[in-house]
Amino acid sequence: MTSTKELEKKLAALMKSPDLFEKEIRDLKSEIAISRGGEKSLTAWETIQVARHKDRPTFKDYVTGMFTDFIELHGDRRFSDDLAICGGFAHLGGESVMVIGHDKGKTIEEKGDRRFGCALPDGYRKAMRLMRLAERFGIPIITLIDTQGAYPGLEGEERGQAEAIARNLVEMAQISVPIICTVVGEGGSGGALGIGVGDKVMMLSNSVYSVISAEGCAGILWRDGSKAPVAAEALKPTAESLLKLKVVDRVIQEPSGGAHSDYAGTFEALREAVLSELRPLKKIAPAKLTKKRFEKFSAMGIYNE
Amino acid sequence: MAWFSSRKATKETFSEDIWMKCPKCEKHIFKEDWQNSHKVCPKCNFHGKLTAWERIGITLDQNSFVELNSSISPADPLNFHDSKGSYKDKTSEAIKKTGLKESVVTGTGTINGLSVVVAVMDFRFLGGSLSSGCGEKILRASNYSYDKNLPLIIFSASGGARMHEGILSLMQMAKTCAGIARLNEKNIPYLSVLTDPTTGGVSASFATVGDINIAEPGALIAFAGRRVIEETIKQKLPDDFQTSEYLLEHGFIDTIIHRSEMKTKLHQILSFYGR
Repeated sequence: MTSTKELEKKLAALMKSPDLFEKEIRDLKSEIAISRGGEKSLTAWETIQVARHKDRPTFKDYVTGMFTDFIELHGDRRFSDDLAICGGFAHLGGESVMVIGHDKGKTIEEKGDRRFGCALPDGYRKAMRLMRLAERFGIPIITLIDTQGAYPGLEGEERGQAEAIARNLVEMAQISVPIICTVVGEGGSGGALGIGVGDKVMMLSNSVYSVISAEGCAGILWRDGSKAPVAAEALKPTAESLLKLKVVDRVIQEPSGGAHSDYAGTFEALREAVLSELRPLKKIAPAKLTKKRFEKFSAMGIYNE
Repeated sequence: MAWFSSRKATKETFSEDIWMKCPKCEKHIFKEDWQNSHKVCPKCNFHGKLTAWERIGITLDQNSFVELNSSISPADPLNFHDSKGSYKDKTSEAIKKTGLKESVVTGTGTINGLSVVVAVMDFRFLGGSLSSGCGEKILRASNYSYDKNLPLIIFSASGGARMHEGILSLMQMAKTCAGIARLNEKNIPYLSVLTDPTTGGVSASFATVGDINIAEPGALIAFAGRRVIEETIKQKLPDDFQTSEYLLEHGFIDTIIHRSEMKTKLHQILSFYGR
C-alpha cells in the first residue's frame, strides 16, 4: 500500500498545474483521506473505502489479537463447514465467550475459500448452532460483522439462503444469553443482520452498515453503477448516521489513521467497549433479557401515524 | 341469458372490453373468466397479482374483516432523493395510485368462522417493499395475535426491503421476526403464504419462517435476484429456478395451494389447531 506521505508528495507535484489534473487531484485527496482513515471527516463513500480497506483487521486478527484461547468450532451439522463465518469459544478479559464473525480472509487463497466473507446458508446455520451451544452453558455471544452480504449463488438459493437468515433473526430474538454485535467493517444487508440481532449493537467508527451496497442502490435507483458515491450519501450508512437513527447503541472510535493502521489500538478500544457492555448485561435475568431485546428491535423504524 | 349469447365473439365484440391476453401464456382469454377466477388464467393456470383488498375479499368471510392500524404511513427518515426525485413524492404518488397508506393491510376477521389475524402485502405500493411503516404494521399484527391468542396469517408479495429508508428498512426484518419469535414461544399458529413475488428482505425474514409455509403456484420466491446470481456464477440458471415448485422440491415450502382452494385449505389447516 502506498503510504500517506508518498500520496502527499504526488499531490504536491500535481498541484503545480492544478487545471490540467483536476480529476487526479480530487482522487488523490480522497485517497489521502482514506489512508488517514477518519482523521478528517470523510464522505460516506470514503468511509466505505476505509471499511473495505485491504489491510483492515479481519476476524482472524481479532481472535488472535483481542481474544485468547480461541477454539474454533466447525460445521453446521447439516451440510458443510462454511469458512465465510467462523466461530468458537474464547476468553476476553477473563470472560468466557462464544465469538462468531464473518471472515473475509487475508491471502488470495483464504479470500477464495471464504468467498470474501460472503456466507452460504451453511454459515448462518453454523452460527446458530454455536449460539445455541453457548446458550446451553450460559456463555455470552460476541459477533463481529464484516461482509458485503450473503453469497448470491445457485447453491445458496438451493439450500435456503433466505430461510437461513430469517431463522437466525427469529432465534437470535429468543436466545437467553447476552448477545453483543459489532460491525467491524462492512455491514452488508441481510448477510450482516443474520448475525446482527443483539442486546447491544455497536459499530467501529469507520465501519458502514446498509440495506444495500452503494453500487447496488446506484444500479437500481440511478440506473448507473458509477453513481455509487451519490447513492452512498443518500443511504447514510456511516456509524454516526446509524447512532442518530437509533439502530446502533454505541460507536467505537478507531485509532487515528483508522483500524488498518493500528491493530493494537483497535483491539483495545473494542475490548474495552465489549467488556463494559457485557458486565451489566450478565446481571440481567434471561427472561428479562429477551424481553428487552424484543422491545429494542420493536422500537426501530420511523413512520407517520 | 344463455352462455353463448353473452360470449359470442363476433367481429364487433372482439374487443379489449371482453378479451385479454394472459400475461404469461399470452393466449386470449375472457376478461370475465380472469376476474371470476380471481386473476388465474384458465388456460395456463398463471396466478396474477391480487391487491390486498382483493385478497382479503376472497380469503375472509364477508363483512368479517376489521382493519387495524390503518393510519400508519411512510415518513422520510433519510430525506432520500435519487435521480428520479424524492422518496416523499414517490410515497404520495403510491398513496394516490393505490388508495393505501402502506404496502401492507392488517386486521382481523374470520375464515369459515375461525378468527384470525391477517397481514396482506400489496405489490402495487412501491413493489410491496418492507419499510418502517410496513414492519410496524406487521409487528403490531403479530402482537395482536399474541395478546388475543389468535392465529396469524401473512400473505407476502414484495420485492424486498425499501432502500429509500436505508438501514431502518433492514431493521424491519429483525423487528418482524422478533414478533414471530414471541408467537412461537406461546405456540400461536403462524401461517405464511408466499405469493408472486416474495424476494429479498421479505423472503429473508417473516415470509420463510411460518410454522407452515404455503405458496401459490408459480410464484417467484428468491433471496438474490436471478441476474445478480448469473453475474456472480457466470452460468445460466434453470427456468424453474426460484419458483414455488423449486422451493417445494428443495424443502422450503410445505405445500402449494391453488388460489381457488386457498380459503378452504387455510381453514382446514387451522382447524387442526383446535382453537
